[in-house]
Amino acid sequence: MAVKVIIPTPLRPYAGKRDSAEFKAATVGEALRRLTTEFADLRKHLFTEDGKLRSFVNVYVNDEDIRYLAKENTPTKDGDTISIIPSIAGGCS
Amino acid sequence: MASKVQPLTGINPAASPEKTGASLSNEEILRYSRHLIMPEVGMEGQLKLKNAKVLLIGTGGLGAPLGLYLAAAGVGRLGLVDFDVVDFTNLQRQVTFGSSDVGKPKVEAARARLANLNPDIQIDTFETKLTSENALEVFKDFDVIVDGTDNFPTRYLVNDACILLGKPNVYGSIFRFEGQVTVFGLPNGPCYRCLYSEPPPPGLVPSCAEGGVLGVLPGIVGSIQAMETIKLILGRGENLVGRLLLFDALGMKFRELKLRKNPNCPMCGEHRTITQLIDYYEFCGVRGEEAPAPNVQVPEITPRELKSRLDRGDDLFILDVREPHEFQICNLKGHLIPLGELPRRVHELDSSREIVAHCRSGKRSAEAVDFLRKAGFRKTLNLKGGILAWSDEVDPSVPKY
Repeated sequence: MAVKVIIPTPLRPYAGKRDSAEFKAATVGEALRRLTTEFADLRKHLFTEDGKLRSFVNVYVNDEDIRYLAKENTPTKDGDTISIIPSIAGGCS
Repeated sequence: MASKVQPLTGINPAASPEKTGASLSNEEILRYSRHLIMPEVGMEGQLKLKNAKVLLIGTGGLGAPLGLYLAAAGVGRLGLVDFDVVDFTNLQRQVTFGSSDVGKPKVEAARARLANLNPDIQIDTFETKLTSENALEVFKDFDVIVDGTDNFPTRYLVNDACILLGKPNVYGSIFRFEGQVTVFGLPNGPCYRCLYSEPPPPGLVPSCAEGGVLGVLPGIVGSIQAMETIKLILGRGENLVGRLLLFDALGMKFRELKLRKNPNCPMCGEHRTITQLIDYYEFCGVRGEEAPAPNVQVPEITPRELKSRLDRGDDLFILDVREPHEFQICNLKGHLIPLGELPRRVHELDSSREIVAHCRSGKRSAEAVDFLRKAGFRKTLNLKGGILAWSDEVDPSVPKY
């Protein structure tokens, strides 16, 4: 059951400059754990020290926010896309 | 959940043409003829635009297409908030400005450009930093607020002020080659805090000055914000309330995510805990804005001291912690190890030698020096002000970027 995780621009430097990665995972949490195992530098950008998802990082399965599903226990199925959406502030003045 | 646009007349009844009795001159009819012949705009819509009052927070990258298109479209009153002056590095994307504007206050340069584009509109300039003290006063006369700022404290301030005043907030933000656009602050729609209850800690997300931005990107994202603003004024179409539009310029892809109103939102939820504007710099940490000061205190050397020590023949190892593409722009013939690679390439350094680390402005190299000293490289110094200060104080032939 491969799911695609889309890595946002600000986090790509910590993910070997990749823009996405595919993992076999049954839940969002499992996919993110596999992602941060492969790219350890990403971990502190996604999770707090006690392993909680950071509040300025939102995670979506397809177009739905996991906060309104089952959070990290949200089940994933083959072909799902997980998006990591961090807050960005730029307007470039 | 695409929602129909809710007419703004409920928010500001004074804006409805029927009440103001405004009309268009023959010259205006000619100017707006391509709007007037569209049934979706027509005379009624053009009068709504003429009576609309839109406030642009920031006249930079996003503010440029916003100002130009909204002025051209005939939005009757435009407010411009910015405290900055035009500099050369702005011209790559801030297309309101010309080379002759460098050094001028942005709001003044923008006013001149927009007044030339459309002399029939009123332009109010606020050459000031938006703060918790002045935001409500500045916002109160406007129907739509458009957020084109570049920092987290101002984004939370704009959001909270819009919620307190019940005004829509057309949000756009960019990073390198990605953009986000949505509309916050409409009744039953989410606010910025529903999306992100807290800002990232200072320093974790790089600013445009650090990360760079493709010049066309703010043009596209700002133009989408302008389109959403006009649709809100016209009460036409489907707007981005409840939808976060993501734009990836490199992949040339638009995607859309659902944004829900958070019932527990401290700002717009049922049990709101924030009832007035707060200190947003404290909320976001001291370094929430662009061009922050180095956050680590490390031993430094000034460019002049470094020059005289090099001239004297002292054995100094120059460590450049910038990225390879920056090294190509200009360099001090140092040994290049980008900050991010330093931990695993530290073996390339000799702890018995004196090391002077530098970057562009001195911020990244301060982190490098902090890291190296903790790793046992005790004779490591930071070049104060980086290659920018070197160019100013020692060798002006080194270009600044």
